[in-house]
Amino acid sequence: MNFDFSDDQKMIKEQVRKFLADKCGYAVTRRVLEGKEPYSRDVWKGLVDMGLTGTAIPEEHGGLGLGALELCVIAEELGRVAAAVPFSSSVYLASEAINLFGTDAQKANWLPKLAAGEIIGTLAWAEGTHQPTARNIKTSFAGGKLNGEKLPVPDGSYADIAVVVVSAGGKGISLAIVDLREAGVTRETLTTVDIVRDHARLTFKDAPAELMSDQGNGEAQLARLLDGAAVFFAFEQVGGTEAAMNMARDYAMERFAFGRVIASYQAIKHKLADMYVKLELARSNAYFGAMQLNDQSAELPEAAATARIAATDAYCFAGQENVQVHGGIGYTWEADTQFHYRRSKLLSLTIGSPVNWKNKLVSCLEARNAA
Amino acid sequence: MDFNDTPEEAAYRAKVREWLAANAKPKSDANDNLRLAEVLKRSKAWQATKAEAGYACITWPKEWGGGGGSTIESVIFGQEESKYDAPAGVFAIGLGMCIPTVMAWGSEEHKKRFVKPAVRGDEIWCQLFSEPAGGSDVAGLRTRAEKDGDEWVINGQKVWTSGAHYCDYGIVVVRTDPNVPKHKGLTMFWVDMKSPGIEVRPIKQMSGDSNFNEVFFTDVRVNDDQRLGNVGDGWKVALTTLMNERLAVGGGMGGTSVKDLVEMARSTEMDGMPALQNGSVRERIADWYVQEQGLKLTRYRTLTALSKGQTPGPESSISKIVSAKKMQDLGAFAMDMQDIGGIIRDPEISAENASPQEMWFGAAGYRIAGGTDEILRNIVAERVLGMPGDIRVDKDVPFNQMPRGK
Ligand SMILES: Cc1cc2nc3c(=O)[nH]c(=O)nc-3n(C[C@H](O)[C@H](O)[C@H](O)COP(=O)(O)OP(=O)(O)OC[C@H]3O[C@@H](n4cnc5c(N)ncnc54)[C@H](O)[C@@H]3O)c2cc1C
Repeated sequence: MNFDFSDDQKMIKEQVRKFLADKCGYAVTRRVLEGKEPYSRDVWKGLVDMGLTGTAIPEEHGGLGLGALELCVIAEELGRVAAAVPFSSSVYLASEAINLFGTDAQKANWLPKLAAGEIIGTLAWAEGTHQPTARNIKTSFAGGKLNGEKLPVPDGSYADIAVVVVSAGGKGISLAIVDLREAGVTRETLTTVDIVRDHARLTFKDAPAELMSDQGNGEAQLARLLDGAAVFFAFEQVGGTEAAMNMARDYAMERFAFGRVIASYQAIKHKLADMYVKLELARSNAYFGAMQLNDQSAELPEAAATARIAATDAYCFAGQENVQVHGGIGYTWEADTQFHYRRSKLLSLTIGSPVNWKNKLVSCLEARNAA
Repeated sequence: MDFNDTPEEAAYRAKVREWLAANAKPKSDANDNLRLAEVLKRSKAWQATKAEAGYACITWPKEWGGGGGSTIESVIFGQEESKYDAPAGVFAIGLGMCIPTVMAWGSEEHKKRFVKPAVRGDEIWCQLFSEPAGGSDVAGLRTRAEKDGDEWVINGQKVWTSGAHYCDYGIVVVRTDPNVPKHKGLTMFWVDMKSPGIEVRPIKQMSGDSNFNEVFFTDVRVNDDQRLGNVGDGWKVALTTLMNERLAVGGGMGGTSVKDLVEMARSTEMDGMPALQNGSVRERIADWYVQEQGLKLTRYRTLTALSKGQTPGPESSISKIVSAKKMQDLGAFAMDMQDIGGIIRDPEISAENASPQEMWFGAAGYRIAGGTDEILRNIVAERVLGMPGDIRVDKDVPFNQMPRGK
């Protein structure tokens, strides 16, 4: 039985943790909250300098050639500090998509730049205030041109390229790559619940684009991409849950009410115990997701959904109840509680809502039981 | 990451499999409603077979009848044994809690006398801690023992004593000094359940079954050498038992799994469709699957630490908090799915041989036994998260001046 990360992976984790503890405190992230910069540029630069943007990109394309497990430990640390960087968009979504489904030319062109942090990538999937599916995507691709509108697109205000989910003309969906710096692309920054993470509306009018490989198989490709992302995000959520839990615990140990610390009240203790229970369930399920992703297992869809549901439940609970434990001060702009309150909601929806992931999980269970 | 055995573990597993194939009985449904006498007979026979081969109490030293093995070996044996009809429930409390307490605090002579017969299943032990006055606050117990020469005379009442009706011996914690604060006036003894003055009265549970008892002590005389630990150290001794209890109780129970629930939902009609197509049914299934998997995988994390010779983290403390409530909720929901028919509790008629109904009853007790949901949350908050203990109004007050209820 070896259901744990290796010593090397733990070392990477420790390095990232130290770096972020040093350079990515809430005060740094607050600069983004207050609109002083679109993302934490120094933090991003530090991550790039450590080579982390190339973690899972093959060495032939300028990456470190490591795997999913290394990305998972990094994700946990980024989640812990609720970092304001485009790591998830550029790494779990764009780089992974191109690495998995790009043509050889596309890989050779984009992966080295993504690995080196010269460009930032993202995924443009949703088209408004409803669940995007293979049947309702309207953005179209024809004759090398992209037309349509995507929102919300993470890091869309400044990403350099996007992998775009397009309608394949009545035959489901396909994945295409667009250079967002080209003509035919307009961007508009959106107001969202987590303004620490940029989201934009992208409008395409005859924007030049290229399809990725294996057309006609776009739905399966997207599903695979999102399964992987679900695992990485689950680790961010686990990190965030632990941070929110510790923030609540630390505050409860200091704050007095009715002549004693509030940490001595059972309503508070039991809330914290529930956070811990959810955290550990989420962590165990996230580990299994990581293992299935790394092993390229056929059980990935089920494991990814399980990891995502557990992690979403844990982080949303901890994010909300952390504010509650803080009382009035927790509801202020000055308090750091808001970072996890906001981020937990964003992450719960960013690649599809809990309801849809639960539905998907049960479909997996149905199929497995039937087999 | 992998779930594979190390070469040594694999070799041990292979040996265990071979032995079980030669010695254990395959599972069968026919055993579900056996009479107690038959359960005891079969349990004792299987325990003796295991003890003979060194597979009973695998982690205990050989000189005490154990297997002299590692925790991971014991886990591997348990995994393989669970594939067979291998009854062990009646020994869980004795071997999980009572005998470890005897081993930690008893005299050499008592260890020699009691440990081996218990390992072999010849003698069964029960835990006489809880009283009508308190189970969570077991240190508030009132059963008293007074010294009379070389003997102690015990008077009082224990309650919820699982298995007392078939047990040979028990460990009993009693008050020997009511003039000091409650934790300080306790002492632990072992008792022969056939001693004059002990009366065991079965309690009928709300499920209709009877697994636990009231045990009355009327002028029961025990020798001073039956004492486990010093006079006044009973609480310290009890903690040995309770620490072991958490290890013994944490495992969870069988019953309707999420997989079974999926099958039920497929074949049960709701709103003119299979229930499995109903959104709220799907959502509940997903939630419980996530919990079920999460608990299993959390055990794997603990096992990983053991397998590597490290001390496991505190993560296993979540086990009973999650599993007991899940049993209750899942059982209740499986009944809901059958609409009014869900009230039928008859293995001949009810889906899944009425397992949801049984589970729903059983879980009500499981949420209380061996530490209630609330007490376990206190433990996580205090021991894992380092939060302060509850404020106590009885801490420095002599026991006989403590505020008390009915
Ligand atoms: C099936 C079963 C088998 C059992 N077998 C045995 C056995 O073999 N031997 C034995 O000695 N005992 C046994 N017990 C007893 C069991 O340990 C106690 O029932 C349990 O500890 C609860 O104690 P109580 O029943 O006195 O409830 P109480 O302690 O009175 O609890 C009542 C309620 O108050 C809550 N409560 C109590 N204290 C606190 C607190 N500090 N903070 C918050 N809430 C609190 C509890 O959580 C519970 O909800 C068994 C019980 C069951 C149900």
